[in-house]
Amino acid sequence: MRRLVTDTLVIAERNLVRLPRSPDLLLAFTVQPVMFVLLFVYVFGGAISTPGYSYVDFLIPGIIVQNIAFGGFVTALGLNEDLHKGLIDRFRSLPMARPAVLAGRTLADVVTNTLSVCVLLVTGLIIGFNFHASVGEILAGFGILLLFGYAFSWVFALLGLLVSSPESANSLGFIAVFPLTFISSAFVPVQSMPAPLEWFADNLNPFTIVVDAMRALWLGAPAGNSIWGAVVWSLAILAVFAPLAVARYRKTAALR
Amino acid sequence: MPSAASPPTHHEATIRVRGVVKHYGAVRALDGVDLEAAAGTVLGLLGPNGAGKTTAVRVMTTLLKPDAGEIEVAGLDAVRQAAELRERIGLAGQYAAVDENLTGAENLTMVGRLYGMARADAKARAAELLDRFDLTDAGGRPARDYSGGMRRRLDLAAALVARPPVLFLDEPTTGLDPRARLAMWETIEGLVADGTTVLLTTQYLDEADRLADRIAVIDRGKVIADGTSDELKDRVGGERLEIHLSDGAQASAVGAALAPMAAEAPFSEDGVVKLSVKQRSGAIVEAVRRLDEAGVGVDDVGLKRPTLDDVFLTLTGHAAEQRTDDDEEERR
Repeated sequence: MRRLVTDTLVIAERNLVRLPRSPDLLLAFTVQPVMFVLLFVYVFGGAISTPGYSYVDFLIPGIIVQNIAFGGFVTALGLNEDLHKGLIDRFRSLPMARPAVLAGRTLADVVTNTLSVCVLLVTGLIIGFNFHASVGEILAGFGILLLFGYAFSWVFALLGLLVSSPESANSLGFIAVFPLTFISSAFVPVQSMPAPLEWFADNLNPFTIVVDAMRALWLGAPAGNSIWGAVVWSLAILAVFAPLAVARYRKTAALR
Repeated sequence: MPSAASPPTHHEATIRVRGVVKHYGAVRALDGVDLEAAAGTVLGLLGPNGAGKTTAVRVMTTLLKPDAGEIEVAGLDAVRQAAELRERIGLAGQYAAVDENLTGAENLTMVGRLYGMARADAKARAAELLDRFDLTDAGGRPARDYSGGMRRRLDLAAALVARPPVLFLDEPTTGLDPRARLAMWETIEGLVADGTTVLLTTQYLDEADRLADRIAVIDRGKVIADGTSDELKDRVGGERLEIHLSDGAQASAVGAALAPMAAEAPFSEDGVVKLSVKQRSGAIVEAVRRLDEAGVGVDDVGLKRPTLDDVFLTLTGHAAEQRTDDDEEERR
């Protein structure tokens, strides 16, 4: 167990050390989400009606949730690259804890996710976002975001180990996650969608629950079951995908 | 971590493989492989692409479980004692497995820590290895800026972090230029001189000839011959006649003209015909006379000691580097 912790930290450090050396990755964490916030607020904002909230207030929790779900992409791409470069073979030939390569990756994602949440929040505050929450609620919101992002990192870890190239990880992940984030309460009120989509967004899509939880915590919106729902969904995703990813890692072999 | 600190114990540093089978779906990548390497020696696993060399390395290094058979490395069972075995082996591969975004020093330190070393110990060991592999100046630069030869040296250094008594090198010089290749050979010879047992796969016959104490020739998942380089050459028979034709199209005419003196069917490639002869003395004169009578133009005729190329040809019926189909085992 001690070995799992130290090995995980070694791998997490490895993945974080590279960040300042990869300007393209840094851009993906910072400039790109900011660009989306500005586009949504100033291009769509005027056309979307969000009763009870300004569009900036409505959007920020939603777009942060979308953004954090995509944070795990780094894990999918990185693991796939490790497979191709033979690094996974090296790790598997070392006497290290088996899950550490994945646990270290996903732990590094928590750090980068924290970074991009902060960048988005600061952007939001500059263009008029206001918390209607206590410090405790703000921090609880952070907690849910990071937990949900962490769970999604494991989904992406599995994806990265399954696909044949970083390109297919990219397009598959995009195809799977992008519509989910849009058919949710993240960007528009679900009542404005056609009935089947509204039903899906309201009843099946974990993104709606997490976004609603964030609005409850940060804006004082009615919580319903959303806060517990968000925690349960995150833990359920984690409980399913982490073992699947680790099992896949144990059997995986280098791609060439 | 005991194994990283304790000196290598050579008496147990042997490789013993018995009847190992590994399937990928319908493909039998390993079809009953037997191998053995004594402590402190180099076993060369020689074969073309797709022969099963990489799969053999993968089962011996615990990356793959065999479907059948026994594997013992450094006195440990590769399946039942996989975790302990990982403490005692080093693996360096064809695809230099270094993190390009980390510096050379960071790469080696990371590997050391994953072997369970404390950070300071791992750093000290990294510096020692960088020095030994002539990478001290490059140690602070990201590995992505390294040349192919430097990267391969770093990869080998990473395999040596825990001073493993058994080292697996999967095609260590594939893709290297001649100078880097020679340097790598000298490095490997140095490791063996220090007592490391090495299993080396290669598709280069000269490499096996130079480095390996014993050579196992592997083709289509089976060991088809094994022995010292000289033993293998002896199996092919004595010297062979090598005829360089003026016109490559006349190769079949050579076969007909020289049939009475040939010990076996000749092999021809790129205007060069090779055949082993029944009798050495007078063979050149007789061959030239027969070819002249048959109207075959000849640039050069000579008697040559068999090379490992010839060994391969005789054993498998195809040339070692002719098969270009990609490794079956690597693209399931």
